[in-house]
Amino acid sequence: MEPVHIIQGTGVPLDRSDVDTDQIIPSDWLKRVERTGFEKGLFSEWKDNPDFILNNEVYSSASILIAGPNFGTGSSREHAVWAIQQAGFKAVISPRFGPIFRNNSMKNGLVPVEVESELGKRLLQEVLEKPFLEFVIDVERALVEVPEIDLTFAFPIDESVQERLLNGLDDIGITLSNEASISKYEEDRLAWLPTQSS
Amino acid sequence: MGKTLSQKIWDKHIVKSGDGDPDLLYIDLHLVHEVTSPQAFDGLRINGRQVRRPDLTISTEDHNVPTSNVDQPIEDEISLKQIETLRANAEEFGITHYPMGHPNQGIVHVIGPELGLTQPGMTVVCGDSHTSTHGAFGALAFGIGTSEVEHVLATQTLPQPRQETMAINVTGELPSESSAKDVVLAVLGVVGTGGGIGAIAEFRGSVIEALSMEGRMTVCNMSIEFGAKAGLIAPDETTFEYLRGRVNSPSGELWDKALTEWKKLHTDADAVFDREITLNGAEIVPQITWGTNPGQVIPVKGNIPKPDDFDDPAEREAAKRALEYMGLEEGTPISAVPIDTVFIGSCTNSRIEDLRSAASVIKGKKVAKGVRTLVVPGSGVVKKQAEKEGLDETFKAAGFDWREPGCSMCLAMNPDKLDPRERSASTSNRNFEGRQGRGGRTHLVSPRVAAATAIAGHFSTPEDL
Repeated sequence: MEPVHIIQGTGVPLDRSDVDTDQIIPSDWLKRVERTGFEKGLFSEWKDNPDFILNNEVYSSASILIAGPNFGTGSSREHAVWAIQQAGFKAVISPRFGPIFRNNSMKNGLVPVEVESELGKRLLQEVLEKPFLEFVIDVERALVEVPEIDLTFAFPIDESVQERLLNGLDDIGITLSNEASISKYEEDRLAWLPTQSS
Repeated sequence: MGKTLSQKIWDKHIVKSGDGDPDLLYIDLHLVHEVTSPQAFDGLRINGRQVRRPDLTISTEDHNVPTSNVDQPIEDEISLKQIETLRANAEEFGITHYPMGHPNQGIVHVIGPELGLTQPGMTVVCGDSHTSTHGAFGALAFGIGTSEVEHVLATQTLPQPRQETMAINVTGELPSESSAKDVVLAVLGVVGTGGGIGAIAEFRGSVIEALSMEGRMTVCNMSIEFGAKAGLIAPDETTFEYLRGRVNSPSGELWDKALTEWKKLHTDADAVFDREITLNGAEIVPQITWGTNPGQVIPVKGNIPKPDDFDDPAEREAAKRALEYMGLEEGTPISAVPIDTVFIGSCTNSRIEDLRSAASVIKGKKVAKGVRTLVVPGSGVVKKQAEKEGLDETFKAAGFDWREPGCSMCLAMNPDKLDPRERSASTSNRNFEGRQGRGGRTHLVSPRVAAATAIAGHFSTPEDL
């Protein structure tokens, strides 16, 4: 994973609640065995509608997706995160995220910015009115700044997640440094737990 | 202060305490399928890593497999490639694999329990959000993404932040026409799609205790639909009886030892949950979803809501959009709505008890004219048992299509799909837009209601036939 410090860019207002991962990337796209090429699948069932906000030229250079509450609920498909990233987004702002999606985002360096419900509504409105409003998301200070409207707000992020994002650390590498603890735990596992011989 | 069940299991699996950071948890069972694993195996290869415990890992083909003509090669080339990739990965990394056509093949969340692989007190993960199903055994089971699949393959552990605890009490006694599916849909109607986020839910109370293991799996299965990290139920005699004698269950002296430990797996009397809700089981009538998320629930005998009934503007807007997508008229009885397709299957409701319950409703009756019907057993074992009991004949005589095991129309990755505007009564778990096929309209119901609906041609309970 590439380190993520500061995300600077404009937003696109996806004013819907409960945007589940089946909407983000429909199941037809999950048959691929590669990790790339998912950008075309992003919201593919909504994209046929010319009025769909992501089809609006004004927002074509946006790198921050601003959505209603319960974004990314449903299926565990990490393809949803890959699709959003591969379409050029670096962060998602929502009042509430589906837990697995949130986890998957952080593993890939897509920053989930959780905001209060009222603030979420305000941001959607602001970006609808001012498409070129510039956001600065600072991972190290866990702050979002929108200078033009004189707005600064903090967002929640676990210290361990923050450290991984800032340093682009490989989770598996970190865990494997605990090899001795894992082996020790394995020695004491209960005798009847099921095992397979292949 | 005492501990809750999930805290007890969590604490027993800490390899390294996080001390503010996430705890590193040991994973007892890792279930793998074709859709969320190829990129994880690739990651291992790129980094020169092995699967640490192939003996604690098991894989099968379910999401994308066809449910008819399974002796023929898969026609969809991309699906075929994904299946072949899993077979090659299982072979390369030494993982036990149940391919299409194998007697043990089936939906991961059906085969784990029926093979006795899911046991009380274990940690179980899978790259699938419905892994919460296994919580029915008093296991801590949750869905993970592909990065985490790779992590578990390489280390057999996962760093996890502590979760809050949530008690969902369902008290009293369920009406005879209601089932486990109605219980969890009713819970969803109360807590909504976000009510469990950040918590592990424990289902408790007399209604839950009276459920069979199949019923408990149905309830825990849909925990993720209200956003819970996991859902679980304390093991009891029903659990132990289910496990006794299964292929991977302990036997002899080890069975006795296991039983002693399993009996300790319950929430202490003085434990306090962070969140708690209570439903009166007696009030849970057969349920159905009307909208495009599983929290949009009404009784089968109820009326389709009016957007203006919702106080919250976001909910009002969501209701408006849902009614438009679903092609429904506000304020009218949902039972009057005609349907095109009935799907009985999925990790929520494709077990033997589900098939028995649907079969008992349709016995001696005929599917309404023009209604397409699919019964997709959850596994090879379920299918064989159903055929032994003659359920396949009951379904076929009524006009149902009897299929091979797989996820099928639950997520429409295989050829079983809804057409645009086609309306289904489905025993699956998600009524999202396009979930069962682009433009398709899904209503989630229990197997009993699905079966009655197939006969009536519109939404119905068996009692109204």
